[in-house]
Order: sequence, then C-alpha cells, then structure tokens
Amino acid sequence: MRVNFTVNGRKQEADDVWEGESLLYVLRERMGLPGSKNACEQGECGSCTVRLDGVPVCSCLVAAGQVEGREVVTVEGLADYAKQRAEHGGCASGACGTSLDAAQRWQSKPADSQTGENTELSPIQQAFIDAGAVQCGFCTPGLLVAADELLERNDSPSDADIREALSGNLCRCTGYEKILDAVRLAAARGENRTAGQGA
Amino acid sequence: MDFLRPASWEEALAAKAEHPTAVPIAGGTDVMVEINFDHRRPEYLLDLNRIGDLSEWEVGENTVRLGASVPYTKIMENLRTELPGLALASHTVASPQIRNRGGVGGNLGTASPAGDAHPALLAAGCEVEVESVRGRRMIPIDEFYVGVKRNAMAPDELIRSVHLPKADGPQQFSKVGTRNAMVIAVCAFGIALHPETRTVRTGIGSAAPTPVRAKEAEEFLAAALEDGGFWESGNPIPPSVAKQFAQLASGACNPIDDVRGSAKYRRHAVGIMARRTLGWTWESYRGHERSAQCA
Repeated sequence: MRVNFTVNGRKQEADDVWEGESLLYVLRERMGLPGSKNACEQGECGSCTVRLDGVPVCSCLVAAGQVEGREVVTVEGLADYAKQRAEHGGCASGACGTSLDAAQRWQSKPADSQTGENTELSPIQQAFIDAGAVQCGFCTPGLLVAADELLERNDSPSDADIREALSGNLCRCTGYEKILDAVRLAAARGENRTAGQGA
Repeated sequence: MDFLRPASWEEALAAKAEHPTAVPIAGGTDVMVEINFDHRRPEYLLDLNRIGDLSEWEVGENTVRLGASVPYTKIMENLRTELPGLALASHTVASPQIRNRGGVGGNLGTASPAGDAHPALLAAGCEVEVESVRGRRMIPIDEFYVGVKRNAMAPDELIRSVHLPKADGPQQFSKVGTRNAMVIAVCAFGIALHPETRTVRTGIGSAAPTPVRAKEAEEFLAAALEDGGFWESGNPIPPSVAKQFAQLASGACNPIDDVRGSAKYRRHAVGIMARRTLGWTWESYRGHERSAQCA
C-alpha cells in the first residue's frame, strides 16, 4: 500500500509498504531516517520515540497505515521543530503543548534538515552534550524527543516530573544521572532565556 | 494482509461484518507487538484511528461515556474526579508513550487478565457498549470476561465505548510489579466504595484466568459496615474486619505460577492490597484524604 504523510515538515510518500509494517520501519528503511532506533519492537525501550501530531509515541507500535495524512517529527527534525517553536513564542505557561493545528502548520525551513546535519542543535540536544548525557548514544534520540516534549509542556519540571516523562526510555549504559542533569540544564537555560526577555 | 481504513463508525461496522476475522487496531500497543514478533499475521487490520468519536468522552449527570480509544493519558488528565479508580489504574499503564496511544477498548478487546484497566472497571461497575451491523448492545462488565483472553463479544462486533457511573465515593487501585514504569502486573487490586447504595465493589487483576471480583469479600464488608453503622458514624474499620476482607479477597484468586510470580505470592499480595486499599478508601470516606495519591 501507499502511505502519504509529513515527516519533519516535508510531505513524503512511501510505496509498497507492507500492511503490517511499523512507522519505525518506514522511517528507517524507506525514508532514510535512521535516527529513531530499533531495539525492543515492543514499546519497552522508547528508543524509537517520535512525535505523532505532536504526541510522543513509540513508532514501532504505530502501524504505517495509521499515519496517513498525519505529521511526524523525528529526532532529525527536532532542532528545526524547537527553533520554530521558539520563534512562535514557545510555551512559557507550562501547559500548552503543541496543538494539532500548530503541528500541521509547522514547516521545516533549512534545506538540509532532512538528515539533521549541519543544523544548529536544539537546546535539549546541546544540553545532552554539555552535561555528558550521551554515552553509547543508542537511547539518545528517543530521550531527546521525550525530554523536548516535557520541556515544551512544562518549562520548569521537578525531578519527579522528569523521571515520569522519561520513564518510558531505557538507557542500557545506565547513564541516567547525566540524562537527568541534561534535562535540568536545558530547563535552567530556558528559564534564563525567558527571564532575559522579561517574560 | 489488508489494511482497512474506515472513515466512520458505520464503515467500520460494515468492514467488520464483511471480515469478521479483521483485527481492530487503535493504539496498536498490543497488536503491533504481536505483528512485530511474528506471533500474529491477521488477514485484515482494521484501523480505528480515523473515527474521531472513539477518542471522545462525555460526562453526563450520572455516568461517563468513555470512547474506546480515549488514551490513558487523557483519562488521567481529565477524568480524575469522575473516575478516580480508572485514573489511578491508567497512571500505572506502561509509560507515557504507551499511555498516549493505548485506551480501555484495547484492554477490553484483548481481555488479558493482566490488563490494568480491568480491576478499576469491575470495581466501578460499568457497561461495555458494543455494536455490529446487527445492532447495539450493552454488556455488563460482570459478564464481559468469559475466559483467558476471551470476552463476550461476537466476531462481527466492535467496542464503541464504556459507560461508567460517576464515582459516588472513594476509589483506589494498587498494582504489584518489579518497578514503577513498564510493568505488566504481577497482580492488581481495585476497590470502589459506593456510599449511595452502601455497597463495595472490587476487581482483581492477574490472579485468575480472567479479571474477577472478590464477591464474598464485598458482601462480607458491606454487611459488616451496615451492621456496625459505619457508613453513618464514619468510625475506623476494626482490624478484624479488614483482615477478614483481605482473606476473602485472597480466596477469590485462582492464580497460576508464571514468570512474573508464583500463585502463592499472588494470593498473598492480593490480600495485602485489599487491606491497604480498603484502609485508604475508608480514610478518604471519613474525610482524611491521603496526601499522596499513589498506590
């Protein structure tokens, strides 16, 4: 079957998709977007986390046919997504999230955003690097997508909020402390930015 | 394999009538695992994501009509007051990513004894709205689970919603597992006090071939509360009553030994959860809310 959907702001068409195929497989094997990782294939590890119409989901558990006409953001598009959000006022209230409307209107701009290379990193990506939260890196894409969504909803999360938001993502290097540090760092930097704007 | 994508409920019913073997897929958190692991190769997948109605809920005067695909996240966020037991149970489902996709319809359709929603649904008392091209019927939750991963639905029927009474008293849910997130229940227990009818309802998960109520425990407790005038006085429940309630709850289990736990442990744990959740709900009934709403 054919599936039409939007990935990181671009219309995509996948042909000859097997009916039982997952969104993750389509992203990795058909779209050339290997950022979302394939590990457990049962929703346990969160390595394949993407945004589906703004909502964080395990792409291994979404049937490809279910994304027809919908919007997907992967880790490759995260920097653009975060930039777009910042330009549109971001979310300072701590409760707004991304509406379906906003997700659908969203467009990626830079020409090389498809691979995520040569683009400026999103605040959460930079924070992961600065905090040393990347070890083998396998769980990182899923954690980035999940953590970015947390900070979008809640710009000043408690430790309990962070643990809860990341509870569906496993790191087998067990580098959780640094990962928590990274999210705290990104949140703190976000607050500084907002404070600078007098908001 | 064929992928059927009905745009409306009527189309979905027609598709299910034409292909009764079609496997409905909404959140996909169970179905896709089986497909990914080659445990299942359905002839037809029936995608329900385009039917917006299934993801909506209505709060009426006395009941809540909960669409089969309303994700657990939405239940936690929006229905904590009306459906406290189910909201607590929803919070223990897997992880945020899974709760964003999975809903009660999936738990009911799969009818695994380990489904987290079942004890809360049994304790609240509810009806499952199922429909086929032949018509609509309401199945009382007490008649819904008929065997291991089997429910009372006909092959051409689909689950549209669950109709639950709004809570008229405190409800609690407790679950045993090896960690907080991503855990399939070793066993679980739900309890709902119904002060209006002066009854108590319970639900046990993962400790029998199907989700079950601890009916003897319910009857014993209702009689003890009535005879002792506890509903009026709001006095603390005597330890002997709580102990007996716990023992009867244990006795309602018919568990097996498996990788998640032994039958003996499950019976024991259900008794402990019954006693604790009774204590929490009763304290709440007496006006002493627990500070932290966790089980």
